[in-house]
Amino acid sequence: MSSPIRVLLAKVGLDGHDRGVKVVARTLRDAGMDVIYTGLHRTPLEVVNAAIQEDVDVLGISLLSGAHMTICPKIMDLLKEKDAEDTIVVVGGVVPDEDVAFLKEIGVKELLLQDTPPAKIVETLTRLVEERGPR
Amino acid sequence: MTTLNNINAAQLEEQLELWEKEEVSTFLSKQPEREEEFFTLGGFPVKRSYTALDTKDIPLEDIGLPGQYPFTRGPYPTMYRSRYWTMRQIAGFGTGEDTNKRFKYLISQGQTGLSTDFDMPTLMGYDSDNEMSDGEVGREGVAVDTLADMEALFDGIDLEKISVSMTINPTAWILLAMYVALAKRKGYDLNKLSGTIQADILKEYMAQKEYIYPIAPSVRIVRDCITYCADHMKRYNPINISGYHTSEAGSSPLHEIAFTMANAVTYVEEVTKTGMDVDKFAPRLAFFFVCQADFFEEIAKFRAARRVWAKIMKNQFGAKKPESMRLRFHCQTAAASLTKPQYKVNIIRTTVQALAAVLGGAQSLHTNGMDEAFAIPTEEAMKIALRTQQVIADETNVANVIDPMGGSYFLENLTSEYEKKIFEILDEVKQNGGTVKLIEEGWFQKHIADFAYETALRKQSGQKPVIGVNKYVEEDEKVDIETHPYDPTTADRQIARLQNVRATRDNQKLNTLLEQLVEVAKDEAQNIMPITIELVEAGATMGDIVEKLRTLWGTYRENPVF
Amino acid sequence: MPTPSAELFSRLKTGDLRAASRLMSRAESHDPATIATLGEIYKSAGRAHIVGLTGVPGSGKSTLVSRLVSEIRKSGRKVGVIAIDPSSPFSGGSILGDRIRMTNLVLDEGVYIRSMATRGSTGGLAKSALTAVDILDTAGFDVIIIETVGVGQDEVEIARASHTTMVVSAPGLGDDVQAIKAGILEIADIHVVSKCDRPDSNRTITDLKTMLAMGINISIKDQSNKPVWQVPVVGTSSETGEGIDKLITTMDKHREAHLTSELGEERLKRIAEYRTFKTAEDLLRNRFFDSTSERISALVEKISKRELDPFTASDELLGNIAF
Repeated sequence: MSSPIRVLLAKVGLDGHDRGVKVVARTLRDAGMDVIYTGLHRTPLEVVNAAIQEDVDVLGISLLSGAHMTICPKIMDLLKEKDAEDTIVVVGGVVPDEDVAFLKEIGVKELLLQDTPPAKIVETLTRLVEERGPR
Repeated sequence: MTTLNNINAAQLEEQLELWEKEEVSTFLSKQPEREEEFFTLGGFPVKRSYTALDTKDIPLEDIGLPGQYPFTRGPYPTMYRSRYWTMRQIAGFGTGEDTNKRFKYLISQGQTGLSTDFDMPTLMGYDSDNEMSDGEVGREGVAVDTLADMEALFDGIDLEKISVSMTINPTAWILLAMYVALAKRKGYDLNKLSGTIQADILKEYMAQKEYIYPIAPSVRIVRDCITYCADHMKRYNPINISGYHTSEAGSSPLHEIAFTMANAVTYVEEVTKTGMDVDKFAPRLAFFFVCQADFFEEIAKFRAARRVWAKIMKNQFGAKKPESMRLRFHCQTAAASLTKPQYKVNIIRTTVQALAAVLGGAQSLHTNGMDEAFAIPTEEAMKIALRTQQVIADETNVANVIDPMGGSYFLENLTSEYEKKIFEILDEVKQNGGTVKLIEEGWFQKHIADFAYETALRKQSGQKPVIGVNKYVEEDEKVDIETHPYDPTTADRQIARLQNVRATRDNQKLNTLLEQLVEVAKDEAQNIMPITIELVEAGATMGDIVEKLRTLWGTYRENPVF
Repeated sequence: MPTPSAELFSRLKTGDLRAASRLMSRAESHDPATIATLGEIYKSAGRAHIVGLTGVPGSGKSTLVSRLVSEIRKSGRKVGVIAIDPSSPFSGGSILGDRIRMTNLVLDEGVYIRSMATRGSTGGLAKSALTAVDILDTAGFDVIIIETVGVGQDEVEIARASHTTMVVSAPGLGDDVQAIKAGILEIADIHVVSKCDRPDSNRTITDLKTMLAMGINISIKDQSNKPVWQVPVVGTSSETGEGIDKLITTMDKHREAHLTSELGEERLKRIAEYRTFKTAEDLLRNRFFDSTSERISALVEKISKRELDPFTASDELLGNIAF
């Protein structure tokens, strides 16, 4: 039995919408992954520290507040600073089309926004982890 | 017991059987039905057709007449024939000045009531220059830190003439204090002010997750708002007990109403504990529900909600005044049903939902913008949404007959089914220790998360069709939408005013008042409103007040349930 | 290229937590070099006080751990927490939510929290839990708390793996003390009653004391039959902070009692024995599956038709494995 994929699901900032992140948590669990949830209202530093301690394969950030342009760069910088750039970062929630390119540029691997079918999320994360290879 | 129809049940049953055996059978053999079984979105099974048999056991007095207990058919005897529902489109972004402009635009377009949305920092109690507010100032709503912001927000608007709703929860009492302080400054008669704060904190722990303090002190604050308004603001609704957020968090329509009622009961219990007579404050308790996509289910749901509330107020709380027993609600069409792909189709969804809300007897309505899935609404989106309501009001004539669905075999049957199930859930809540205990145990949250998960699976499989997303999908859709832009100067402008207030106020006086605030907070028998009003008048910021109380009450951290 | 485990080990010895984190992920690796390193880590560990903490869901365990950690930190000691939750029996996946209760600690360099799932192993401990403990031990952590959910007769591994076992019960979760229901009463070195700000907590404390007095493990005695340790019941309130420092003192005393007695050596031997059995069992299971799963598939049809019985089949399969 190989080790399951470890995913940290994070809600950053003041946004309290957790319907989506909870559905994703269950979906990933049902697909055999180990999911760690940060809870609401976390800061970028708290999230990155947790991601490192848990040595997750994937960090999934859920944002519906529009604050992704402030929060995501902060997280990517912290991951780099703390030598954890090999963490796969994905973003879920609501992000305007025009911001997607920027997020990908700073290192977000995929955006899995509203209405992404649960199965697609599983498939995407599995693929990204496979592509990254062993660490 | 008088029931709805004086019918010969046996004869009708026979007729029904024959119909199934002959006409229906013949047809089915040529063209089977689309599904094995049909259900409402909330999971209630529905029949092929309903007859008098399906309503024969409903007591006539359960149905009643508009404006009469149990208010199934509406809280007022003349409803829209006297006055249309309030067309209340929410607005809020940027600074007070920015939203003030949008308010005035909407009023010029025929809006009849104001509804204010606040930014995340204001909702959560952080000043605009707090680290947690970074990137969020004025983004999803208007930024309010001090009384000065309120003044800008309502500049040139006569608060005695237009009702104002404020969608605010853990910090609702502070916004109310600012509203009162503003009214006093302008010389308004507090008893003439009409409007509402949402203030329903229990549903935050269940669904929307905007909270600051632990449950007990937060409920006390709500109690204080209710008693303060009962004593000082005769036309003000100090709370909008909400189901909208529960639904948006993923619950079924049944749970939306049942959980709202559980919360409502808790609030009434809290206030009556102070010794205040139920008839003194109950008439001003208001509700807020969603209007979701299953057209008939929503109408039945609203009717059942009214009947349930009337019975609870009469039987459980001994209310005597009809005003204490009639449920009035604001309604919003379902944002969760709207899509990003083929977003213009959202106009159609919203129209149908708005129609159901009207047929269901809403007192006030917000119709969502077609750009709901993109950003906060543009003027254009809001205008179309407003016109939707205006077409229904002015061109369809549906507002000329009260509760036109009354008497429909299907609707009456479904209404009674809903009523029954709602009371069952309320009993279960009571048996298991009450609302607060079950919130702490995550009981409500589990139900919500379960239905949300099931819905996601049904969408994925196509069992729940969503046009543009899993049906009639346009692969290379060109999105040509203009969305509301976020003004990057907002934070700076807002913080400038904030700093100015801090610099020009009497800080010594402020600190004295903050100490008094803690003393009042410690004494559960005291009302927190008067000291809060003094504080905002003295230039206290939201953060000053919230942080001070945090030192006493701490911060709530939820135990999430999946 | 993944950093070699040996290199991570060198960094670990200097207290590098990034290395610790990565090594923990390799705890179940089949790579011989990594296994060798894990062996070295085992040998370099042994300083830390390993505390097992278990209780039924709803007992307030996680909040208690959070309080404990904060309090222990005040003495300057570094604390690690291995938070173990059950995996879904259907999918093998899990949602690990214990660290939410400890968010205030996540920025403290002297606190390390790692979440893991049981994933098929019965007994309540995750396979890599004790390896993770070794890793934190080597990195210089003084107290390492293993937090598990105690729900039944099977979930007692924690007692076999830790120096001090604490069982948490909460008042008001039912008429009986849940520790009794769960069958984990006897494994406790310290009984904790949480939520002591509640009026009904006194009853729970009394019930526990009565049960203990009637039961077998009221005191642990040494060779000369002198009681070395009397199992106490400590009341705590995570809300008010009451009892937390008393609990830590009790915990430290238990450690002392064992370090200075023969009993302590006995316990260490038992722990070593348990670990070895578990590791061997695991190795055995893996090797068995690796080498026989195909062959089982071939035999399954015959067995289902009752032409061959499972006893004979297993014997055959086992006989053919290289150990």
